[in-house]
Amino acid sequence: MKLKQILAPLRSASPRMRILLSVAIGALLLFASGHVDELRSYQGAQVAIYAIAISSIVLLTGFSGQISLGHGALMAIGGYAAVLAQIHWHLPYPLTFLVGGAAGAGAGYLLGIAAARLRGPYLAGTTLALAVGLPSLANQFHILGGEQGLSFDIGTAPTWIGNDFSQYRWFFWVAVVLALAVYWLLRNLLSTRYGRRWRALRSNPTAAALAGINVARAKVLAFTLSSCVAGLAGSLFAMLLGLVAPLAFTLTLSFTLVTGAVLAGVSNLGGSIVGAVVLVSIPELSNAISSHFGGSEKVTSNLPGVITSVLLIATVLLAPNGPKFPTRRHQ
Amino acid sequence: MNTFFSTILVGISSGAIYSLMSLALVLVWRSTRVVNFAAAGQAILSTYIGYEAMSALHNYWLSLPVALISGALISAVIESFIMRPLAKRTQGTAVESIAPVIATLGILGLIRSLVGLMWGNTFLQYTSPLSSKGFTVGHTTIPFSPLNAAIVVGAAIVLLIFALIFRFTRLGLSLRAASFQPEIARLSGIRVDRIRTVGWAFAGAAGAVAGALVTPTSYLSPNSLDLLLVSGFVAAVIGGLESLIGAVVGGLVLGLGFAFILQYIGSSVTFSAAFIILILVLIVRPQGIFGARSTREA
Amino acid sequence: MTLVVQGLEVKHGAISAISGLSFTIRKGELVTIIGSNGAGKTTLLRALSGLLPISHGEISWNEKTLIGKRPEELVRRGIVHVSEGKAVIPELTVSENLQLGGIWRKDRSDVAAATAEVIELFPRLGERLSQGADTLSGGERQMLAIGRAMISRPELLLLDEPSLGLAPLIIDQIFSAIDALRHRTNLTVVLVEQNAISALRIADRGIIINLGRHVTTGTPSELLNDPALRAAYLGY
Repeated sequence: MKLKQILAPLRSASPRMRILLSVAIGALLLFASGHVDELRSYQGAQVAIYAIAISSIVLLTGFSGQISLGHGALMAIGGYAAVLAQIHWHLPYPLTFLVGGAAGAGAGYLLGIAAARLRGPYLAGTTLALAVGLPSLANQFHILGGEQGLSFDIGTAPTWIGNDFSQYRWFFWVAVVLALAVYWLLRNLLSTRYGRRWRALRSNPTAAALAGINVARAKVLAFTLSSCVAGLAGSLFAMLLGLVAPLAFTLTLSFTLVTGAVLAGVSNLGGSIVGAVVLVSIPELSNAISSHFGGSEKVTSNLPGVITSVLLIATVLLAPNGPKFPTRRHQ
Repeated sequence: MNTFFSTILVGISSGAIYSLMSLALVLVWRSTRVVNFAAAGQAILSTYIGYEAMSALHNYWLSLPVALISGALISAVIESFIMRPLAKRTQGTAVESIAPVIATLGILGLIRSLVGLMWGNTFLQYTSPLSSKGFTVGHTTIPFSPLNAAIVVGAAIVLLIFALIFRFTRLGLSLRAASFQPEIARLSGIRVDRIRTVGWAFAGAAGAVAGALVTPTSYLSPNSLDLLLVSGFVAAVIGGLESLIGAVVGGLVLGLGFAFILQYIGSSVTFSAAFIILILVLIVRPQGIFGARSTREA
Repeated sequence: MTLVVQGLEVKHGAISAISGLSFTIRKGELVTIIGSNGAGKTTLLRALSGLLPISHGEISWNEKTLIGKRPEELVRRGIVHVSEGKAVIPELTVSENLQLGGIWRKDRSDVAAATAEVIELFPRLGERLSQGADTLSGGERQMLAIGRAMISRPELLLLDEPSLGLAPLIIDQIFSAIDALRHRTNLTVVLVEQNAISALRIADRGIIINLGRHVTTGTPSELLNDPALRAAYLGY
């Protein structure tokens, strides 16, 4: 049986079915986490976080036709906001994630106001400028902890889950639960009238405007929402790393996310997970290759970048509309 | 000489470099409607090649033409082998405007990593024979140095040559015609595909000179030109993205702005200032200083 | 020296804009293509000049096929297309627009001679050489577009709606200039026109097409004296 047929019931699932499915998948994953080592748990959490971040780009690019090259910067904003909320407001960690998302949304709204008037090169350039400049900005403000950054600790798993729950397994749980929640929310949102508007906007902005859609407002909303999701991903990223620092949110992170979104197929929300798995496996692959060649420092630190970039260029050249996956596609 | 005038001189010196990078972006935008974010990567690669030439020849001045020519070649290769096939494949599809932007990002990432593989991620010193210590006027030393003066002269020569080519040669006319109205250019017998490659080569040369001139003022590493890319983009937006003169003026305006901010406010706000200038220009005068038509939506 | 079009088919996506069109134009002829809006006239010219790919059929000039040749190569073979709507580049000066016509040519002295001839034919261009083309009137722009094409020394000139949006007096000027040019240089002209009466006045023959298909061919008097054709395609 083809994968397509296996996934057929998934595509036609009703919202309630999707909840049940999400819960089932989540339970399965969480059960599995008890049987793998710490590295795999760490990578699993990484996949979940990347999937959230990639879905934020898919949301923006695939469904509203805008492009951002600076989502790494929005993740940084979310990450720093979450950490600052913990340090200065002593918020419990679930709330710090919300603060991260809200900070992303706020920054996205401000950018979106400018972005709504712009298209193509201007938004891309502005977000790229943000991605290049923001880490250096963080370096200069004392409150942001400078080069060393600030540490972030959400603590260990609560005892009611189990006693021998490892740190990374706990991070994995948190990330997976939030990733499934985000996926479920976005999926449903895209089937509302907002989702239809964004799709109309992407396929034909002029027709969308003639049909009475406020193009500017729809774009600002899309950018704000996307930034909110990126901010949430940023705070989870901070959780996984245990800190926020300028070096964690470099231009390379923004590149990586765009690569993930392109690999996912830019209008395919379900593809986010595929993109995330590929991104997480790149360093593994790269390590394998470089150790095979007795890799020097130069090779180990640059090979992942080479692989990521080649993947990005090749995908754009060979399948500009994104690779085809047997999942539901919004056109 | 007082601080005010020396600040202007410093501003012109850095502005000249922004002008070149901005020109690199505008030339590509005009010929293929793509903002080439790979420009920083191309300039980095040509600067490393210039660095090798300098080490081999023991002469900074001879390394400049080496960097310039390799920059032009790198750019032409990227246009011929990646950007043109991509444009043909995506023509008329929903990703027509997005795919090239993503591709340039990929090229930027690829060049940075390859440069890291070749030369390592350490900071290299790229020294010019000229002192970066300021001139002494009367009893005071001003921030404007012989190196700054050389940057202004070097950039001015390159800009002048470009202007002469664009204004007075058949090649320049072909480049302009192909960027304004490709169809009419083709119907006039201009081989537009080839001319676009030449346009990219000119852009690569401009970026290469920017990289080779700015690097002696700091250091060389795989991502040391990222901020130059942002400055070049802001300058291009100020100039309207369409106009070559606008690109140069935009660069000078930004250079002067930075110099005064640095002198009177401090270096910590330079980036935020660039970003705020960018957003303000986009909101208040989206067509830039020299852009007359409404091209922002295109 | 003939232009032969045989079984031509051109598609816009899935729709055939031109299907099964065949005709022959002899050297030195001025043939006007007549048809209502959407008949496929502009599509035909764009296919002839290489701007549009064709799906079927054959186009040849001097017994050599033109299929698969790009417009910039066809210009070098003497086939020059003045596209619809005053085909000048407004950002360039009048002089620069004229230079474009000879930009690919090796024989620089003949380019200079051709430019002088164009200025003699259209003295108003000569007075405005250093002005931007955007400052010209509609009629002057059309003169500039035709002048630029003439500097390429065409053997086959493809003109798309040169009268579009011009005042009657200017239209007469343009048409008599076209007439003068073809007699002076033994030029073959394919003239696409909505304004059939003016075009037939200077044409040797007219080809009427409708919905991308050939309707009829005839001399101007044959076409003008057929009441059915007059009612259906000539608009009076």
